[in-house]
Amino acid sequence: MSPAILLFLALGLGLAGWLAARARAWAFRRDSAERRLPSLPVYHAWYVALWIILPMVAFIALWSAIAPGLVTQQVLASPAAAELPAFGFQRQTILNEARAVATGAASAVFNPQAAALVEPYREALFYYNTIGIIVSLLVAFLAGTFAFLRLRPDFAARSKVERIVMAILLGASLVAILTTIGILASLVFETVRFFGMVSPLDFLFGTHWGPDPMANPDNPDGTRYGAVPLFWGTLFIGAIIAMIVAIPLGLMSAIYLTQYADPALRRWIKPALEILAGVPTVVYGYFAALTIAPAIRDLAIGMGVSNPSSESALAAGLVMGVMIIPFVSSMADDSIAAVPGAMRDGSLAMGATRSETIKRVMIPAALPGIVAGIMLAISRAIGETMIVVMAASTAANLSANPLESMTTVTVQIVAMLTGEGSFDHPATLSAFALGFVLFMVTLGLNFVALRVVKRYREAYE
Amino acid sequence: MTVVHDNLEKTEAKMRAEAVSVFYGDKKAIDEVSIDIPTEYVTAFIGPSGCGKSTFLRTLNRMNDTIPTARVEGSIQLDGEDIYASGMDVVQLRARVGMVFQKPNPFPKSIYDNIAYGPKIHGLAEGKDELDAIVEKSLRRAGLWEEVKERLQDSGTALSGGQQQRLCIARAIAVDPEVILMDEPCSALDPIATAKIEELIAELNGRYAIVIVTHSMQQAARVSQRTAFFHLGKMVEYGRTSDIFTNPHEQRTQDYITGRYG
Repeated sequence: MSPAILLFLALGLGLAGWLAARARAWAFRRDSAERRLPSLPVYHAWYVALWIILPMVAFIALWSAIAPGLVTQQVLASPAAAELPAFGFQRQTILNEARAVATGAASAVFNPQAAALVEPYREALFYYNTIGIIVSLLVAFLAGTFAFLRLRPDFAARSKVERIVMAILLGASLVAILTTIGILASLVFETVRFFGMVSPLDFLFGTHWGPDPMANPDNPDGTRYGAVPLFWGTLFIGAIIAMIVAIPLGLMSAIYLTQYADPALRRWIKPALEILAGVPTVVYGYFAALTIAPAIRDLAIGMGVSNPSSESALAAGLVMGVMIIPFVSSMADDSIAAVPGAMRDGSLAMGATRSETIKRVMIPAALPGIVAGIMLAISRAIGETMIVVMAASTAANLSANPLESMTTVTVQIVAMLTGEGSFDHPATLSAFALGFVLFMVTLGLNFVALRVVKRYREAYE
Repeated sequence: MTVVHDNLEKTEAKMRAEAVSVFYGDKKAIDEVSIDIPTEYVTAFIGPSGCGKSTFLRTLNRMNDTIPTARVEGSIQLDGEDIYASGMDVVQLRARVGMVFQKPNPFPKSIYDNIAYGPKIHGLAEGKDELDAIVEKSLRRAGLWEEVKERLQDSGTALSGGQQQRLCIARAIAVDPEVILMDEPCSALDPIATAKIEELIAELNGRYAIVIVTHSMQQAARVSQRTAFFHLGKMVEYGRTSDIFTNPHEQRTQDYITGRYG
């Protein structure tokens, strides 16, 4: 029986417990003199139901984590496994094949050695599945009985249920954080492996990027792993060109929307701008690659540039800037709108014009929020992949000419991971080191941005 | 309708309102108010909440312009010049008619920059020395100089509430206005800070025409020489402060100052 069916079973048992406990609580209520219970019957019901579902689900999760290992152990202990090759890739393939047939995922084996293992696998799976089902039912039954017996007319079921709900909510919020930590840990692990092969100094300060996935992995050429052109390309496209587009346009639209626009117009434009943030980046990528990049090349030819690249940093940066506008304008809009009206009135009452008031009072007062928005936008831009993949090519150029093709960290991560090198080749592992650097940079930017926002919130409260 | 006491000394009106009505959309907030505001005396507007006294105050430097639905009828003159005339420059008007608000609203800038803001936008100072002099003079007049002279570069928002309000008064003085409008300037302050502001108003009296809106009748009695009582958008009675409080001609004024309502 698969875990999914067991989970449904847990829910079914929970429902049964829920109904039984509610009936019992109603009975308490009928018997009690003042016809009132400290907790509503529905809380008694949830108390028992949660006591059935949670331990059972926890056990199922635990069991599905350890059972495969136990199964494999038993199979390996069988006489048919003695013939298997020693540790390694082939051994694993044979085991996997036998397992697939035993579970019904495959119909026949390819490797004759695996055929002998199908039967032991079937037995082991059946054995441990049965144990799993019986024990999980036992767990559900014991926990349910324990909870049910605790029900009394004056039992504080409400506070208990609320405590359990709070714990579940806490768990939900921890999932995101723990996942981030897990991702970071796996990144660090692969990054350390990479730096074991290529010196971090070569990586961080080298100016030539050209990993060769076909080269001998045991003795990589450190000079081919200089990531500076990638960092430069990322900064140039994401933090310079895109921001030259996004910061003025975003700010100006925020100023217009908060200070000048008719409320009716603002009700239309603000959501419309925010919808822009939801356009899939691959759509922007098409736009950059098919419309903007050729237009820029034609323009460059028209201006007398000889042989311009059809994939330019400028095209990717411009489109990325447009993509980022809603982030800048939305944060700037919020923080300008949050400046107390008394500031504006104070300035107007001094005889300042509307634009003087905006320039000298509103913007300075909203500046922390605006800066935070810009930093969030930058971290979003340098992490952006699709537009640069489609419009900025994969050639690592260290150049300040925006018409040149360039590449970014994210593009190279894609290129290295989907390349031809084996997984433990330094060229592939370099993707993790790049990802790690990117992660740290965006994490730092977000951290600073949040700190700035926090300080700014305190300023008016 | 409006009772104007007939024992008032002849003064020249700095500002003169004639039959001023203010509408918010279709709602009439102020109904045909006429009043002369002299430089010699402090004029207080009193009345229950929602009576329109703040609305009327804000028409005097056209701060109601910032509310899209507000509309003003009648005429308001500053030195005989209609401030709602189409040729009137609102920027110039507000430089001549300054305003202090209910809640202290210093800009989130340094104390120095708060004061220098007005002179800078109106181009009143040539060079740093002149600006320094204006800042010092304004702070001295507002009675704040001794308290802040050592920390002019600190943020204006770091001052106490009473100091912030005096900073706002100094800021208004810095552009050398002719009229200062104060909209319940002490309602967010404790009694000690209030006393300091009242002292300051007495010192500024005569140099500027001062109009103060207040909820506190004691405050009106302490700081003003002329009082106008507003009720339901109308100006009910206008006269010497001492007369209004001791010998009101109108029953509604009597009821209000004896605490029957409001």
